[in-house]
Amino acid sequence: MSELLQFLLSGVTVGAVYALVALGFTIIYNASDVVNFAQGEFVMLGGMITVMAYTAGAPLPLAALAAVVATAAIGVAMNKLAIEPARGAPVVSLVIITIGASIFIRGAAQLVFGKQIHTFPAFSGDDPIRILGATILPQSLWVIAGSVAVFIGLWLFFTRTLLGRAVLATSNNRLAAQLVGINTPFVMTLSFAMSAGIGALSGVLVTPITMTSYDVGLAFALKGFAAAMLGGMGNPKGALVGGFTLGVLEGLTAGYISSQYKDAAAFIVILAVLFFMPQGLFGRKSTDRV
Amino acid sequence: MNLLSIEGLGISFGGIKAVNNVSFGVKPGEIVSVIGPNGAGKTTLFNMISGVYLPGAGKVILNGEDVTAMSPHLLARRGMCRTFQNLQVFQSMTVLENTIAGYHLQESGSVLADILNLPSSRRRAKAAEAGARDLLRRVGLERAAEREAGSLSYGSLKRLEIARAMALNPKVLLLDEPAAGCNAVETEEIDHLIAEIAASGVAILLVEHDMKLVMRISNHIVVLDHGEKIAEGDPASVSQNPAVIAAYLGAENAAG
Amino acid sequence: MRLTPKSATLLALVVLIALAPVFFPSGFYYRVGALIFVNALAVTGIVILTGWAGQISLGHAGFAGIGAYACALAPVHWGIHPALAILLGAAISAVLAWLVGRPILRLKGYYLAVASLGMGILISMVLNNERWLTRGPDGIDVPELGLRDVLKDAGLSLTNGQFWYFLCGIVLVIGAWLALNLHDSATGRALRALHGSEVAARTVGMDVARLKLQAFVISAVYASVSGSLLALQNKFITPDVAGFMHSVEMVTMAVLGGVGSVAGAIFGAAVLTLLPQVLTVFAEYEQLVLGLVMVLVMIFLREGVVPSILRKIRGSGE
Repeated sequence: MSELLQFLLSGVTVGAVYALVALGFTIIYNASDVVNFAQGEFVMLGGMITVMAYTAGAPLPLAALAAVVATAAIGVAMNKLAIEPARGAPVVSLVIITIGASIFIRGAAQLVFGKQIHTFPAFSGDDPIRILGATILPQSLWVIAGSVAVFIGLWLFFTRTLLGRAVLATSNNRLAAQLVGINTPFVMTLSFAMSAGIGALSGVLVTPITMTSYDVGLAFALKGFAAAMLGGMGNPKGALVGGFTLGVLEGLTAGYISSQYKDAAAFIVILAVLFFMPQGLFGRKSTDRV
Repeated sequence: MNLLSIEGLGISFGGIKAVNNVSFGVKPGEIVSVIGPNGAGKTTLFNMISGVYLPGAGKVILNGEDVTAMSPHLLARRGMCRTFQNLQVFQSMTVLENTIAGYHLQESGSVLADILNLPSSRRRAKAAEAGARDLLRRVGLERAAEREAGSLSYGSLKRLEIARAMALNPKVLLLDEPAAGCNAVETEEIDHLIAEIAASGVAILLVEHDMKLVMRISNHIVVLDHGEKIAEGDPASVSQNPAVIAAYLGAENAAG
Repeated sequence: MRLTPKSATLLALVVLIALAPVFFPSGFYYRVGALIFVNALAVTGIVILTGWAGQISLGHAGFAGIGAYACALAPVHWGIHPALAILLGAAISAVLAWLVGRPILRLKGYYLAVASLGMGILISMVLNNERWLTRGPDGIDVPELGLRDVLKDAGLSLTNGQFWYFLCGIVLVIGAWLALNLHDSATGRALRALHGSEVAARTVGMDVARLKLQAFVISAVYASVSGSLLALQNKFITPDVAGFMHSVEMVTMAVLGGVGSVAGAIFGAAVLTLLPQVLTVFAEYEQLVLGLVMVLVMIFLREGVVPSILRKIRGSGE
């Protein structure tokens, strides 16, 4: 029993990270229909820049803030330099562009940060907390609280603020949004900034547990994407549920089947979702217009 | 005997009935036009008949068979083909290739034969090309055969779409605003083309805004307004129908 | 007689392969050449899938992995001749592509990219983890193909480099010929048509899902054969052949040269294979440059280098 609980707790921790990455996917997807394969690089950048600032002597909270802001700026730059010039290009081109951007960021990170594995101290120490015979790290609570807080923050933003509604309107109908005077390029900029910032935040939160290196982004991107697909592409609630579900599946796979194949859980989920319910748990069907 | 029967077809988008309980039939060699103000549901009706949208209610009967919600490529096999209001040509292919694409059902054989360029594959390709060149001559595009389709004028593209549809040798042809955006000369050419196709025994269903064209070539007219059929009959009776006049005047007033 | 684009491409390819060795400063370049041909073969498959049918795969290296490990394992475990192992690998790849592609290709958009990515990573995970079979990340020896000895007995004596250069060259010419056949056939036309307008393709009777599946299976076979040839000429293979970066390289080569054209595929493969050989410092910057090439080509030369140049030449010629 305590074994199962242990697997569940570690599953929920990574699930919280996947949920954050999936939320990042969702924001950009909703604003622009672009599936941003570089989403995982934002997670990597969040952890890496924090490491760099922290080793340079900055206090941890400041280093973390700097990482989130810098990554958000990189997200905006990516939109301006790579996505916007290709507006109107077919899906094939956009997928290739975001993959290119992701590989570029990874290559740059390798040059700047090197190939070593890095980490920094956990926010509230490393003494595990005991719950019913299982243990959880304080940092895991930070991760879980972080993803729930981001979700609530996003929900308030999209439902309670004028700007949030403008973003939603743009995602529903770009042209109509332009006609009613919404500055759609700004909405795009904002979406990339938010998405990159959220990705970086998840990197900051999870690095003390998993550590980080220049090449961790791809795995996060894939798992975040699997989570988003499981929940239903474009649905924030789905992203949250999908993220936690995937994390738990992975925790159980690692615990009961094989830790070598825990990463396989995500891909089997992707394939299963595509085979049996392409709309995901909360997705909606779309129709073509001709 | 109707070749194509529409029975009580309907669909809703987000709770709004875009098309509601529409029924009519088309016989071989007959030209039936669907008219109505903008937003009356004409193109939506077309999209349901041709399998692009799933109808919420009703049936489509083709040649005695229920083909409701059947995928377009299966409808094509059963002899139904359509053109599109906003043009769906294969832009980066040549005019000739676009037309040959219409012969797909007759031309395609085994992939292996195609990859190995076996005589059977070459023979099929040759036959399709000959047929396509013939069709291009009929629609007056033979001199543009080698041009990239994307470079053609609007009117020519409309004729190209008709040629591609004719390549299927359809029993039922759905034409969605074939004369939209065409000048007077082009409209007249298309007018002749449609009459000629109908004369060969094809059942034609037409959506068109150009009332002169509709009145000139239709055997039967169905009038839609707000998704409902408000009248049908021959051109003379429909043009006298008070409900039709009201619908058009109302639409015009709303537009003005 | 006027050359069709098909015979022009093939003729140019044959002449290039035959004459290039004249300019080789050392035997090493035979090896580089063979590597280019192997990559070009896989990229030709990508042209069929992405350039014509408009579908992206980010897991094609997985098929290359299957082709490669079929040649490493089948001869040892089942006593199958390495040449037949190439066919076995191709058959397994085709079946797997069919199984994965069939449900996915009914869906629109980026789903194949994601599904194939997942599939590719699963394959590379198996190759890395099942040490009892594959010996894991350190790689495994691949048996000798044996054809060179046969040729030697027949009086044709080639160095190892020369042998693989010409063998891969011949396979590439055959691969290009088959692809060009397909391009002008009913199937090829239908693939390009559905790329242009899926709705219209359906309307003229094309079974869009089936056509995409055919393209996916065909391109998987190209990748698999390319992986087999790579394994056989190196006589050694590691799971990297199935890795994500290898899949991305294939797509980048195709995109760089011109994803719609076979000639472009070969050009793209040549450039991206040569670059790291010529610039030894390139290794550090490899990912940076790959990524940059992908983004820049997609923004500025959407059709790729070769078609863009051809268009310029034709444009000024008329």
